[in-house]
Amino acid sequence: MKIHEYQAKELLAAYGIAVPDGKVARTADEAFEIASAMCPCVIKAQVHSGGRGKAGGVKLANSPEEARDIAQKMLGMTLVTKQTGAEGRPVRSVLVAAAVEVDKEYYLSITTDSQRAGLVIVASAAGGTEIEETAAKNPEAIVQIPISVTEGFKTYEGIRAAQVLGLDDLLQKQLVFMLGAMTRLYLEKDCSLIEINPLVKTRDNRLLCLDAKINFDDNALFRHPDVLDLRDFSQEDAKEYKASCSDLNYVSLEGDIGCLVNGAGLAMATMDIIKNFGGSPANFLDVGGSATTERVKAAFEILLSDKNVRAIFVNIFGGIMKCDIIAEGLVQATREMGVSIPIVVRLEGTNVDAGRKIINDSGLSIISASDMADGARKAIEAAKGGRA
Amino acid sequence: MSIYVNKDTRVIVQGITGKQGAFHAEKMIEYGTAIVGGVTPGKGGQRLLGVPVFNTVYDAVKETGANASVIYVPPKFAADSILEAIDAGVEIIVCITEGIPVLDMARVRHYLDGSNSRLIGPNCPGIITPDECKIGIMPGYIHRKGHVGVISRSGTLTYEAVKQLTDRKIGQSTVVGIGGDPIRGTGFVDCLKAFEADPDTLAVVMNGEIGGSGEEEAADYIRTMTKPVAAFIGGQSAPPGKRMGHAGAIISGGKGTASGKIEALRAAGVEVAMTPDLIGEALVRAVTARGIKLQDL
Repeated sequence: MKIHEYQAKELLAAYGIAVPDGKVARTADEAFEIASAMCPCVIKAQVHSGGRGKAGGVKLANSPEEARDIAQKMLGMTLVTKQTGAEGRPVRSVLVAAAVEVDKEYYLSITTDSQRAGLVIVASAAGGTEIEETAAKNPEAIVQIPISVTEGFKTYEGIRAAQVLGLDDLLQKQLVFMLGAMTRLYLEKDCSLIEINPLVKTRDNRLLCLDAKINFDDNALFRHPDVLDLRDFSQEDAKEYKASCSDLNYVSLEGDIGCLVNGAGLAMATMDIIKNFGGSPANFLDVGGSATTERVKAAFEILLSDKNVRAIFVNIFGGIMKCDIIAEGLVQATREMGVSIPIVVRLEGTNVDAGRKIINDSGLSIISASDMADGARKAIEAAKGGRA
Repeated sequence: MSIYVNKDTRVIVQGITGKQGAFHAEKMIEYGTAIVGGVTPGKGGQRLLGVPVFNTVYDAVKETGANASVIYVPPKFAADSILEAIDAGVEIIVCITEGIPVLDMARVRHYLDGSNSRLIGPNCPGIITPDECKIGIMPGYIHRKGHVGVISRSGTLTYEAVKQLTDRKIGQSTVVGIGGDPIRGTGFVDCLKAFEADPDTLAVVMNGEIGGSGEEEAADYIRTMTKPVAAFIGGQSAPPGKRMGHAGAIISGGKGTASGKIEALRAAGVEVAMTPDLIGEALVRAVTARGIKLQDL
């Protein structure tokens, strides 16, 4: 789960980590109020995406009036960054933050290192917007320092990080404190990423988190209702949000063949085969191992609500999932929703005969496929003639 | 022969009185697995499906002599269930549960490293040695006894691969689902080493997917193997930064891409299927190139 920059900074501040003065505004007047006490200030669009600066989502204001004008323009706009895709993200709030005189920018993050089953500090003296480029062109400028999940953060790890960043003794102390607090936050709230980019050295020699991003482990949200309260549905793809409410694993893509599959691995492989045969998948959708007729129907609704979808490919290998359950859901959904686009179905595994019978007896024009490859080819063919 | 489990494996079911636990315990018994007991705290003393239920894994192991356990416990409690099985000295622990917090699994892994237990999973379909022992949720009937080892991060994609083998009358020695989570007990390299050492396994199929570096590590080990390996990598068309169902299936920071994994495996001499329908064919190519006859599989 992702949260906004202002929420991440509030969390960091609650753990004693230095962030610039700032407050969130949901109206232009609120932005004016806040700016009145801290000009010059920076107005930052709050969307779940990086690359905001280059997309026009970060602007400097020299007066409260200017802050109001900028906020007025930003609020309600859809910010398209290189990370959001063409649909962008709506700006519902802005962060008004005191402008900072920056001497130097660094990159600092903590993330999970699954290989070592621990955490890892990632630090680089080359911080700022070009960190991805640095990672690609000059990977040795980025240093990784492991932290044990059972031992927690150790001072020597912080000293090493300070060496990587080239900090003096005073700033080294600040960094050691900061990393200790970040580790505590990470472990206590089940984060999956805390990223400070840039971390800056100010002209008056202090470390400050100029931007912050915190992601959380979805699997652990059940024990963090306070974190769950920070979720902003407006930042999520509408179809992905609807899918999550029905316990479906769904990822929206840009193609025209809707996919309904059981199991994440098979769902990925189904996208791959469509692409490999020259088609384009509209989504990743795993209905899970214990789908009910209702869940299958919900899945169909989501696929059909995607205006780009011109054909649907149902690919089921029933293990625990029984083919007759899928067939029942499919037939009901098709009847109730008056589906007008072609549906290709490949059923295999548990109760496959009962499943095929339900489909054949339904009288619906469903195209059946003998195996996965056959299904993919038929779906691609059908999409060419499906609705525009 | 086989790896990790066989006809002598004695299994207890943690969470046997739950809906999933009871359903799959019955299926395992039908398949012929030696299910010797179950564990649900507070329900000790009952009997279910003809086996005794215990309050703790410790009691179950002491009374039944079980050396393996399978966990169908909700994600909130699953990490503790694994720790309990490790403490009770269970040799093979299979965790089916999906959705365990990542940091819980990080702590479990450290505990596991100092023990004599092997964990398979979590978030996996389980492990099966055909006609001998099925521990997990896979449909038993698609399997056929034979000499190809199968390792997979995904459940249904494993079934797909197994069916393609069985349809060609190619049997399996053992099929291991290592699971779709980023932190797991048993990895590709562990299984590859075990298959390499198993005289009854003549070739290996591995199903990898995007995310992590397990496939790249596997490629390094495969260079030293004497047995042929065929592979498929799922997620070639997945966009970066999106979690594709499995918690571990995510491309981040340009790492964990399908193309990187395919390249590493090919360089190690692995026969890679570019689409999932060609896994069986890839295995056939891999074994015939080494002069192994299909009827011997």
